[in-house]
Amino acid sequence: MDLRTTEATPSVDERLAVDSVLGPPESGWFGGGRTPLDGHVAFGGLSLARSRRHLLLPALHALQERVGSITPAGLGYLCTRLDLPPAEAYGVASAYALFTFEPGPPVVVHVCDDVACLAASRIDPTEELARRHGPAGSGTAVTWRPSPCLGHCEHGSAALVQTAGERGGRASLAPFAPGDMDRLVALGPDLDLADLPAPLALVPQAGAEGTRLLRRVGRLDPSSIDAYRAAGGYEGLRRSLEIGPQGVVAELKDAKLLGRGGAAFPTGAKWEAVARNPVRPHYFVANADESEPGTFKDRVLLDHDPYALVEALTVAGVTTGADKGFVYLRGEYPVAAARLEHAAAEARSRGLLGRDVMGSGIAFDIEVRRGAGAYIAGEETALFNSLEGRRPEPRNKPPFPVDRGLFGKPTGVNNVETLLSVLEVLSMGASAYARLGTAESTGTRLFCLSGRVARRGLYEVPMGTTLGSLLDMAGGVAGGRPLRAVLLGGAAGSFVGPDDLDLPLSFEGARAAGTTLGSGVVVVLDDTVDMTAFVGRVARFFRDESCGQCVPCRVGTQRQEEIVARLAAGRPLGSVDEELALLADLDQVMRDASICGLGQTASSAVTSALQRGLIGDGAHTSNGRRR
Amino acid sequence: MSTPAPEPTPLTLRRSVQVTIDGEQVSVPEGSTVLEACRARGVEVPTLCYLETLAPVNVCRVCVVELEGSRVLVPSCSRPVAPGMVVQTSSARVRASRRMVLELLASSVDLSTAGGEVHRWIEEYGARPERHGPPAPAADRDHAHAGHHDPPALGKAATAAQPVKRDNDQYVRDYAKCILCYKCVEACGEEAQNTFAIAVAGRGFDARISTEFDAALPDSACVYCGNCIAVCPTGALMFVSEHDLRAAGEWDESRQEVTRTVCPYCGVGCNLDLHVQDNRIVKVTSPLDHDVTSGNLCVKGRFGFEFAQGE
Repeated sequence: MDLRTTEATPSVDERLAVDSVLGPPESGWFGGGRTPLDGHVAFGGLSLARSRRHLLLPALHALQERVGSITPAGLGYLCTRLDLPPAEAYGVASAYALFTFEPGPPVVVHVCDDVACLAASRIDPTEELARRHGPAGSGTAVTWRPSPCLGHCEHGSAALVQTAGERGGRASLAPFAPGDMDRLVALGPDLDLADLPAPLALVPQAGAEGTRLLRRVGRLDPSSIDAYRAAGGYEGLRRSLEIGPQGVVAELKDAKLLGRGGAAFPTGAKWEAVARNPVRPHYFVANADESEPGTFKDRVLLDHDPYALVEALTVAGVTTGADKGFVYLRGEYPVAAARLEHAAAEARSRGLLGRDVMGSGIAFDIEVRRGAGAYIAGEETALFNSLEGRRPEPRNKPPFPVDRGLFGKPTGVNNVETLLSVLEVLSMGASAYARLGTAESTGTRLFCLSGRVARRGLYEVPMGTTLGSLLDMAGGVAGGRPLRAVLLGGAAGSFVGPDDLDLPLSFEGARAAGTTLGSGVVVVLDDTVDMTAFVGRVARFFRDESCGQCVPCRVGTQRQEEIVARLAAGRPLGSVDEELALLADLDQVMRDASICGLGQTASSAVTSALQRGLIGDGAHTSNGRRR
Repeated sequence: MSTPAPEPTPLTLRRSVQVTIDGEQVSVPEGSTVLEACRARGVEVPTLCYLETLAPVNVCRVCVVELEGSRVLVPSCSRPVAPGMVVQTSSARVRASRRMVLELLASSVDLSTAGGEVHRWIEEYGARPERHGPPAPAADRDHAHAGHHDPPALGKAATAAQPVKRDNDQYVRDYAKCILCYKCVEACGEEAQNTFAIAVAGRGFDARISTEFDAALPDSACVYCGNCIAVCPTGALMFVSEHDLRAAGEWDESRQEVTRTVCPYCGVGCNLDLHVQDNRIVKVTSPLDHDVTSGNLCVKGRFGFEFAQGE
């Protein structure tokens, strides 16, 4: 194809930003200075363009961080370098919340106003920010914007500070009080992200007897590979190389390990399917795009135990015959990004990654890629598209990733918690692991407790532990107030009530109760939380995060938000019954006809809130209809 | 519609697959889609984002059917048949989803120039777009930022309403009529033209077809082949001539004659269908079933007809 890009000249910063990812331009054909040779040699072509497209997202990050926005000139230069049509690149960039296209203040403070923080603080922080600092987006040097969940829910408030310039980047700030914004505004362009305090993780059980996934968290220096090895690290990889791929798959099957990402797919079967697929190469992806509101488990694990993921992904790679592994990490987790990069580099320098993993002769390496603010990119096939430099839109299934995944090749993909659980299976042995938890749901599970609970934080319990005992571990409802409801599983989950404290937290237990463990979200709500605002936030979340590809989700999430707003205002169109019938119809079409899990679960929490009488006048019976 | 396509000669002998559609056995070649099986059986399945000449993108979801053993409904346009499949095309679940898809589209998009079938389906499936409320004021969709939107206008239904984009002499883009079927993007891109002037930008309800930074077409990569117009199912992309006649209330298909001819410009020999009203060419299309061009033309064949009616 003939590329037509803007004639605007990129700035020095824009060139440097793009070149920092792609290297200097190879020739005049790719935006470099023209040399006599360029008149005699032709470069490019579709195969070259395709082979580098996956660098689009990293290069967009570089532009945003260096320049503060994606300009026509910057995008034009990037497209020349990648031989990519600018319309496509713009289509990709504009699908992510962290990229902007108009010049703005160099410091942007993304402030969480999502469900877990809303429940914890009982106020909408954005109202006070707007009062003190003007509406979102205003300001010259520093501005603020509302943000979906930033994954620091155990603090009950959080912000992500994004700066532009030569030392541009991102830093998390949690907890975050509106007063912190005053300090940031006072600093203005002098703000150095390195001066911001690193957020701590709240893990009440850290290092406690009986924990598995959490046993190293908070006890080891997360930068030290020696500390990790001294604590038993890399024994899992050693064992997996000893018993070989078939041995590992057999262990996972005997352990009955089910995926923790939401679908509860048997991990052993997935790995076996990838390993056996004759098409090459194979890829393995660690899904660390944790974005489900109320979820922070991956962040805690990656911030404080990054080597565990590097090791687990290596085990997955050598078992499934992949030579390349990717960690797709939320763009909002700068600490995890730095620590994972460091851990991978250390592992590489010790021969635990690279051409000869642990002396086995097997080649495997890892790359960390950052998302850019898109919940949908956590859907595995949207994640592949994102890695490939395409819009993060889910693909139709079948074909499934084990047949056609990343770059169209057989791909294994697991959530971080699942991968770390594999290490536990290998270290304990399948039969010991299978004795943990219930017969169907083996092992332990992480739960993210947030909202109105006495001790917020990340907890690890054997599968099948009841909701009531989990809440007891966390000290019950804050201040001893009455429990109103629990949002279980996240925005894509559903509400359970004070009558459900006996609910066993296992896959089968949740299924039998018509709910889901989802990503282990437990947002505790007492009688002081404004449920209408809470449910309205869930509706807004899906309206913001739908990719827009299919009609049921694209228009359905918009209509759902409109109905919830009308019910909240007590101004139904027609009767309340008609509104509820409309919501029921939306619920059905989104569940039945959406392409992916986002659309299929986008109405789940709203519907369950209505069924439980949590919003409106509370006069709804269990089938969602008014009495 | 043009004449039905002749059966392509199979290069290799394809095995046939037995499936059950609405209780009746049907045998179709391996690799067929469920939609093709339904059509072979004479079952009408509504489609919007599907076109015979493009790879199915299965985004509109109006063609969903119920497949035994599947938790969710499946898009018939893209799902290949498998031996023993049992498909329901008209169950209550299927009809409910189709009704809602049509209702959601009709409540958010101007379907006034969409094909007559769409209006028939809206009627047949009982879609009631008005229950979502009167339309909300138009919003600036071209600058919507992913992940942020204004609160909904209470009691109103947000729509795709926006001004018509008229930035060249050949065709207009009225994205208030766009159902985001992706066909124009596919036709502009690797399915036909390989120009890549447009793509889907933004996300969610704010997703839209756009050039880079919403640049005007003359500043974009557009080569005015008009192959996007040819695949647009709702009239969002339209010849200037048709757009102006419609605006003047003078567009009248009953007074139009369609004449098939061969493009006079080069040796490829593309077929042209000249749509003539009052002795003036008002639109040029090309038959989809032409085995060389599949309905595609270049700027000369599509728009280079003024010489025939010079003044």
